[in-house]
Amino acid sequence: MDLARAKPSSWLSDERKRGLIWQTLLLGCIAALACGAIYNAVVNMRARGIPMGFGFWNDVAGFDINLHLISYSNLSTYGQAFWVGLLNTLLIAVICIPLATLLGFVIGVARLSPNWLLSRFALVYTSLMRNIPLLLLLLFWYNAVLKSLPGPRQSISVGDVVFLNNRGLYLPMPIAQAPASWFVAGVVAAVALAAAFRVWAKRRQDRTGAQAPTALVAAALVLGLPAVVTAMVGAPFSFDVARLSGFNLKGGLQIIPEMAALVVGLVTFTAAFIAEIVRAGVLAVPVGQVEAAGALGLHRGSSMRLVVIPQAMRLITPPLTSQYLNVVKNSSLAVFIGYPDLVQIFAGTVLNQTQAAVQVMAITMAVYLVISLSVALALNAFNARYALKER
Amino acid sequence: MLSSGALAWAQANLFSSIGSSFVTIGCIAFVAYFLPQVVAWATTHAVWSASDGAFCRQRQDGACWAFVIAKWDYLRFGSYPVAERWRVDLVEAVGALLVAWLLWTNAPRRALGALLFFVAYPILALILLHGSSVLGLPVVDTLLWGGIFVSLLTAVVGIVFSLPLGVLLALGRRSPLSVVRMASVVFIEFVRGVPFITVLFMANNLLPLFLPEAWTPDRLLRPLAGIVIFSAAYMAEEVRGGLQSLGKGQYEASMALGLNYPRLMALVILPQALTLVIPGIVNNFIGLFMDTTLVSVVGVTDFLEAMNNAMKDPVWAGPTIMVTGYVFAGIFYFCFCYGMARYSAHVERILAKAHK
Amino acid sequence: MTSISLADADRGAAAIRFTGVHKWYGSFHVLRNIDLTVGRGERIVVCGPSGSGKSTLIRCVNRLEKHQRGSIVVDGVELTDDITRIDEVRREVGMVFQSFNLFPHLTILENCALAPIWVRKMRKDDAEALATKLLARVKILDQAHKYPGQLSGGQQQRAAIARALCMTPKIMLFDEPTSSLDPEMVKEVLDTMSALAQEGMTMIVVTHEMGFARQVADRVVFMDMGEIVEVNEPLAFFDHPQHARTKLFLSQILR
Repeated sequence: MDLARAKPSSWLSDERKRGLIWQTLLLGCIAALACGAIYNAVVNMRARGIPMGFGFWNDVAGFDINLHLISYSNLSTYGQAFWVGLLNTLLIAVICIPLATLLGFVIGVARLSPNWLLSRFALVYTSLMRNIPLLLLLLFWYNAVLKSLPGPRQSISVGDVVFLNNRGLYLPMPIAQAPASWFVAGVVAAVALAAAFRVWAKRRQDRTGAQAPTALVAAALVLGLPAVVTAMVGAPFSFDVARLSGFNLKGGLQIIPEMAALVVGLVTFTAAFIAEIVRAGVLAVPVGQVEAAGALGLHRGSSMRLVVIPQAMRLITPPLTSQYLNVVKNSSLAVFIGYPDLVQIFAGTVLNQTQAAVQVMAITMAVYLVISLSVALALNAFNARYALKER
Repeated sequence: MLSSGALAWAQANLFSSIGSSFVTIGCIAFVAYFLPQVVAWATTHAVWSASDGAFCRQRQDGACWAFVIAKWDYLRFGSYPVAERWRVDLVEAVGALLVAWLLWTNAPRRALGALLFFVAYPILALILLHGSSVLGLPVVDTLLWGGIFVSLLTAVVGIVFSLPLGVLLALGRRSPLSVVRMASVVFIEFVRGVPFITVLFMANNLLPLFLPEAWTPDRLLRPLAGIVIFSAAYMAEEVRGGLQSLGKGQYEASMALGLNYPRLMALVILPQALTLVIPGIVNNFIGLFMDTTLVSVVGVTDFLEAMNNAMKDPVWAGPTIMVTGYVFAGIFYFCFCYGMARYSAHVERILAKAHK
Repeated sequence: MTSISLADADRGAAAIRFTGVHKWYGSFHVLRNIDLTVGRGERIVVCGPSGSGKSTLIRCVNRLEKHQRGSIVVDGVELTDDITRIDEVRREVGMVFQSFNLFPHLTILENCALAPIWVRKMRKDDAEALATKLLARVKILDQAHKYPGQLSGGQQQRAAIARALCMTPKIMLFDEPTSSLDPEMVKEVLDTMSALAQEGMTMIVVTHEMGFARQVADRVVFMDMGEIVEVNEPLAFFDHPQHARTKLFLSQILR
């Protein structure tokens, strides 16, 4: 009855119906695009004789890969090549992430140092690395440094144990001997004892207030016990050192130059970003927190350990995680220097040989997506657990 | 007075403790040892003029700037025909003017500048660079394009198209309509979850399959599409950050005044959100510029690829040339990116002041 | 046909009419069976403890919040999902917020002229003349070319009132307009509101300023737990509260 004065409303002016129309339109557009793309793809692939299914997966690959963690030869299948590539990608991540974290924290702390010169050094490093393309770093290390090294006969050697030449870096390869199991048992026991001591010290502190030098005891245990075991039962490992035989080095643990360049480039590049994250995280903890800890009588070390670092870690963890993901994604630049990662092997060689571009790209992208999404889920769980509880 | 001030400063910042003193001495020793060598490599020991690489190959301890000078035109233009290179110069000059207009925070009529840069300039650049028989400009095939100009082109195309697309995606991600929101989220997270190189491969290998045979895009256009898609997803997250930092009050006040959604966004929300994220956009652009080095994987000759090609010239090839070339490329990228980063920090300070 | 004549009568008398209005946030019942009629030119003060639903009540008037049951008729237009009706209501209803919500990227003058230009489709000169007139009325004409961040809280709130008035609204809503002001600035804002009341504006004011309620209000509405507990004229409301909850609230707030 009160509606009398309102304009006769058209059904288009209803908020919900309007929303429905927009969404239907969008869905329609997406569906039309998808259908068009699929239709064109089918037509084009038929015309060019490109295989439609995933049958190529079990075909013989016929190419060699110079780094494989699982058994692989040129008689293996494309599917096995995929796993080799994926493992090589993960290998780079596993090597680079701890190294980059370590270097990044060192540089980040240097950046915060009260020593002006050291802080400037760290600043120059981070500015330099953050403003030069990663690809340029990789090409520099690979082409200008590692590939320009002398050949195997003129290897640069460190005490005739470690060798460096244009075929790679040769490290002594540890080979387990009979006492190795004793040695491992000693390490495990030391870690377990250190953990037990920590629990005991914490309980005692809760009960009596007395504090114990936990870190010192743990260090003594972890270093001392394996040493004692070695002294008692003999060396756990022998080392296979590379030797020159003919025109090449034989034996040892060879790190191919492609991998060395990728690791060096990725670590130095990522460390600069991690350093900035560490610095920003520590600086974001308000000065008042340190002052309050000091006013409570905590020493500088304790206030760092108990007040500043727990707060900074909460700020550091999310961007740090995204840097770790960047390491995984950036390792795809391997393609430019010929390190056999997932993209180089699968999206490169396999795609070119099979021509199955749609399938190969779908699988490659799905792998990265699975990694990214699972890390994102883990991070969300972390944030939910450690986010500041606020009203 | 001055010397006592300097002493006090050194005492506090360089020699505050025994450990700090050791660090200081170590740093000074490092600089004293390496800096003269680096300076000598770049200047006194360097070869500044030579007609080929023979002289450079003899001087192992100096840079071979003669190589960069000899290849400079190729590094700038790639194989773009010499007679037509004035067109590239013109496009670059106009672009530099427009960018300066946009980046100068107190410039008059920045909105007009933005309109010219985002609408008129791309059309002008396309006609000039590609050529048009109507205007009597010979057509230059994109196969011949290369060098610094292609690096700049890909970065500028990336930003011109990805920013508007990114704004749309950011608005979509915050839309109350669930289908719009889901579509935006899927797009953004998909692109951000995969490496840039796979997006380039996809644009290069799959785009021609998904389009009718007759529409197969140009070999330069495909990676450009990849760059725009990739960059838009990151822009969207940047813009979303700006949108999120605006309180609910701005929306409510606009609605209470009777502004509808398009006007609310255009007049109240986006002007504020986009100003807030200028530093983020610039940082994104720096990343984009560095990422353009990857386009060589699909056969585009950008600056770095041009440098790689130049090094392979047997007339010049040699170990010092490689180091010189990469160092020069590093200086080029560093100057460009570091300059942008300083600008972004400057804007951030202005914004922080304005919000006090 | 009687309904039409009823509606006509209604339009003459009521600026806003709530009939059996309910609202939930999830399972939380914020508004319970609200019945309230605000006459033309009437000044209503809404008070009550925090969380009692008073802000939600007035935010339903210009549909910043949706009610889920019952009907709200503003100036003869019932609020539904129909966008044209919502726009029509918002054009006629001005609102002043606790946190001012001026647009920080625009000058005070531009803040005031924005809606007249884009919603009322006025010429820029006319809109700015109107804005100038209203800024003079709230006594901050000298601040017209400054940005909101450069003004004091009291000046910002008066600018926000001028901005709302620039749409020449028939009804003004005030959502705790003095709650985020420093004490010395409260008076200048209340004076501006009193002056507006004397000119005959229909006003609903959510506030804890009981002095203002006593002097300016025609009726005081007391809300608690989402319902209207008591409605009365100010003198009777403050001196002879009927309901136990009202008495408790008044004893707490007046001490």
